[in-house]
Amino acid sequence: MDTARVHKLNTIVAHLPPSGIRAFFDLVLGMEDVISLGVGEPDFVTPWHVREQAIFALEKGYTSYTSNKGLRELRAQIAAFVAGQYGVAYDVEHEILVTVGVSEAMDLAMRAILNPGDEVITHDPCYVSYAPTVTLAGGVPVLIDTWTAPGFKLTPALLRAAITPRTRAVLLNYPANPTGASYTRAELDALAAVIIEHDLLLLSDEIYDALSYEAAHVSMPSLPGMRDRTIYLNGFSKGHAMTGFRLGYACGPAALIAAMTKIHQYTMLCAPIVSQLAGIEALQHGMPDVFEMVVEYNQRRRFVVHALNQIGLDCHLPQGAFYVLPSTRRTGMDGLTFATKLLQEQRVAVVPGTAFGAAGTQHVRMAYAASLAHLNEAMARIARFIRDHT
Amino acid sequence: MDEILKLLVDDARTTPAQLAILTGRPEADVRAAIAGYEHDGTIVKYRAVLNPEKTGEANGVVRAWIEVSITPQRGQGFDAIAARIYQFKEVQSCYLLSGGYDLLLLVECGSLREVGAFVAEKLAAQENVTRTATHFLLKVYKEHGDVLQPAETMPRLPISM
Repeated sequence: MDTARVHKLNTIVAHLPPSGIRAFFDLVLGMEDVISLGVGEPDFVTPWHVREQAIFALEKGYTSYTSNKGLRELRAQIAAFVAGQYGVAYDVEHEILVTVGVSEAMDLAMRAILNPGDEVITHDPCYVSYAPTVTLAGGVPVLIDTWTAPGFKLTPALLRAAITPRTRAVLLNYPANPTGASYTRAELDALAAVIIEHDLLLLSDEIYDALSYEAAHVSMPSLPGMRDRTIYLNGFSKGHAMTGFRLGYACGPAALIAAMTKIHQYTMLCAPIVSQLAGIEALQHGMPDVFEMVVEYNQRRRFVVHALNQIGLDCHLPQGAFYVLPSTRRTGMDGLTFATKLLQEQRVAVVPGTAFGAAGTQHVRMAYAASLAHLNEAMARIARFIRDHT
Repeated sequence: MDEILKLLVDDARTTPAQLAILTGRPEADVRAAIAGYEHDGTIVKYRAVLNPEKTGEANGVVRAWIEVSITPQRGQGFDAIAARIYQFKEVQSCYLLSGGYDLLLLVECGSLREVGAFVAEKLAAQENVTRTATHFLLKVYKEHGDVLQPAETMPRLPISM
């Protein structure tokens, strides 16, 4: 039977390239004794009091839907957190939406704001889902190459050069995956000035805000003139080590949040209630845990950067998140060759830079969300690998 | 607590050079800080934490917590009698507590009989000791913040974005 017609796909989906990392992932799965620096999530287990709250919620029978926007108490806690941390006030009823991770919030935002052909500017390297999320919403991702920019940072000049009459929004992620790049207040002011000048919307993905090591994180909507043109995205996955709870949120102008909520109510209904109750516990009592984890990430960051530079892999000092993006150029290997051989010969998994942007041929991403003992062994293996190839 | 102390509590073998990298402080500062902590008694000693189940000592050691009620001495409170008690080599730890009794002792001996002998002949025989209650240890789940037999954690995906 000819099934071509039955199996015919949506054109956009059919042309969407699969994640560049899939084949590499399959290669890793078949191996033993692998130390993975390829994991984009905390190695810490969610703090016990948060898990215990989730268990208690199940025992009490909290297994129902919540309001589409999310539990009011959680939204109130989110409002209190953003106001206390960054001095930005959001209305609990109309300006906050609880989502299934930042990923859902990002998808909702794109679908809420984009008409076919609208452009969304973002930096390249960037998180793997950004461009596909824009494309799936009918938009056009415009990627600004920051692979050779100092600290992989977007600059006002680069941003200005990418703006066209079709530009609808700018998508900024800081501290960033995979670069660890973050921005000072002055740098953000300069980017904000361009965004305001061109009357653009900003999607600010600040999921790694807690993991800032060099200076206190400055939130984009806290800058003058930015609150009402920013959709602020954050969640519990990274700082609170709650990736599997799939809990995030969006804060922004009421009209945009209402539009996102409309899509959310038809497609997701609500974030899982158990996760929401755990999120309340995390915001109420979990900040000391976050601070403890940040201290450890910072130690690992210093250790890994020092070790890589000693080994001979040029590595900048990332300002946040838990990634480094060293260059493989001095080894004579491109990132994919480096990652493949390192895995085969020394059983260390890192992610080729091309997973985060086509221009990332000379880089690999390493996550230091692993114990110091693991990192120590990984660095020893990488040093052996470099010796074997020079 | 100073970050250096936290790191040493976690692994006392961490060298000053490693501590300097981990904390971002100059190695000379780290060495000076450690010397200061050793000098002023903040760092009492460096020791390994052993799992008695692995060393075999668990088979030859009986541990007991003993509640001790005592009559304090005029002018010296509990200190003098506590000092008489904690100097016995069987006493590994000695605490003065509020509540229904006064001293809590952690005692280690080679056998139940030895614990009994210690209580009867040395501890209860003290003039100011009015009552003792002995609790024998059956199993250690967690000690000094370390779970001795951690449950298996769910492995993460080897690669994720």
